[in-house]
Amino acid sequence: MSSLHLASRNQKEILRDPISLVFGFGLPIVLLLLFSIMQQNMPYELFQIEQLAPGIIVFGFSFLTLFSGMLLGKDRGSSFLMRLFASPLGAKDYIIGYFLPMLPIALLQIVICLIAASFLGLSINANSIVALLVLLIISVLFISFGLLFGTLFTDKQVGGIFALFVNLTAFLSGVWFSLDLIGGAYKAICYLLPFVHAVDAAKAAFEGKYQSLGGSLLIVTSYSVVIMGIAITVFRKRMSS
Amino acid sequence: MIEIKELGKSFGERVAVDCLSLKIREGEFFALLGSNGAGKTTTIKMMSGLQTPTSGDIKISGESIFSNLQEAKQMMNLSPQETAVAPNLSVKENLEFTAKIYGRDKKEAASRAIEMMEKFGLTDRSKTKAKTLSGGLQRRLSIAMAMITKPRIVFLDEPTLGLDVRARRDLWNILLGLKGKMTIILTTHYLEDVETLADRVGIMHNGKLCALGTTNELKEEYQKHSLEEVFLYVTEDLEVFV
Repeated sequence: MSSLHLASRNQKEILRDPISLVFGFGLPIVLLLLFSIMQQNMPYELFQIEQLAPGIIVFGFSFLTLFSGMLLGKDRGSSFLMRLFASPLGAKDYIIGYFLPMLPIALLQIVICLIAASFLGLSINANSIVALLVLLIISVLFISFGLLFGTLFTDKQVGGIFALFVNLTAFLSGVWFSLDLIGGAYKAICYLLPFVHAVDAAKAAFEGKYQSLGGSLLIVTSYSVVIMGIAITVFRKRMSS
Repeated sequence: MIEIKELGKSFGERVAVDCLSLKIREGEFFALLGSNGAGKTTTIKMMSGLQTPTSGDIKISGESIFSNLQEAKQMMNLSPQETAVAPNLSVKENLEFTAKIYGRDKKEAASRAIEMMEKFGLTDRSKTKAKTLSGGLQRRLSIAMAMITKPRIVFLDEPTLGLDVRARRDLWNILLGLKGKMTIILTTHYLEDVETLADRVGIMHNGKLCALGTTNELKEEYQKHSLEEVFLYVTEDLEVFV
């Protein structure tokens, strides 16, 4: 029960920060709009809404990394976490308390982006429901990265690392351009990382290509488990020291 | 009764707390003094279960706190050196949140929050977000969060740090009102705080407890007119001879 109180507090902390709202919920919509307008003036199809929306939703998840990382980093820096460590909360309470509130935020991000995308021509059907679930699973990867960053770094450092992370997410995920355009070692490196698999899984779900969905989602989930595992191990170590 | 027995904490080669033995009575207001790096905060962290000692033990009413840490944590609370409040939560929410993570139900948490806000003069700021409070009020809230669980033992780590004269005096009055109701262990650099508030004082230096007693006992023992003189004498002596 205590973990739910911590989760509730953490969610309020994030949702009451206007900058979180503007960037986390507003920026993906602005990007959807901008690229859709660009597409209208392009002679060829590069930013079709069916391809663009899944990518931008996944890109928007990088803000979940920022939110969770900043919150944990700030709590460590302000001694709030020390206050919590002195309380009877156990290790599992922290894991649930910092992880759980991110899921409704991710869901909200997905829904807002889907509504915006539907106004821009994305058809909402049964596949969209599957895509929503797939996207929620993908969001765990980004939350895990945030928890790892917040465990290792201060909130100020997390801000700097996020700048790097958001660029990695953008350029190594194939959101903005097809990786086939570059190919070679660049494409190979991208496919070693989870971001492009996340985008591929989201696109496959929207398109109803469930055969190709499994492989990508498995890679993303495996990465999530590993990153979350590292975050929990480091957090427990910090707790006991 | 808190009994600290031959407590030690080392970080690699550096000894932060060295064979500290001390007894603190139930309901006592005990002040732990020392220069920066003397080992006060490390001692507080071990006493509140935040750090495991390298050697020795801490017992409350004869029971080692490390044998059942979760249970021990239920009867303790602390206000850390920095004002540790949830910035985007209101005063009331901060208080209720603390009560709830210590297992109090919604109704009890709400009634205790009201009680604490009255005691700490925060009632008119009930709905104000913690981050918009002044430094003094944030400090009051931080201490109220430590008190809301009605702990048997509360640790106040430099509670008056960075407060202006008025805020400091206000906090003194609040703390004087709590005297005897719970065991309060205070660390501070302000000797005036200690003379006003504490029943007994312990002076730490280089991880060791160098002096222990009431302010009057210490002045008498070291033939000094003020606690400041005692403090300087005790710590200076050790710096020369250790």
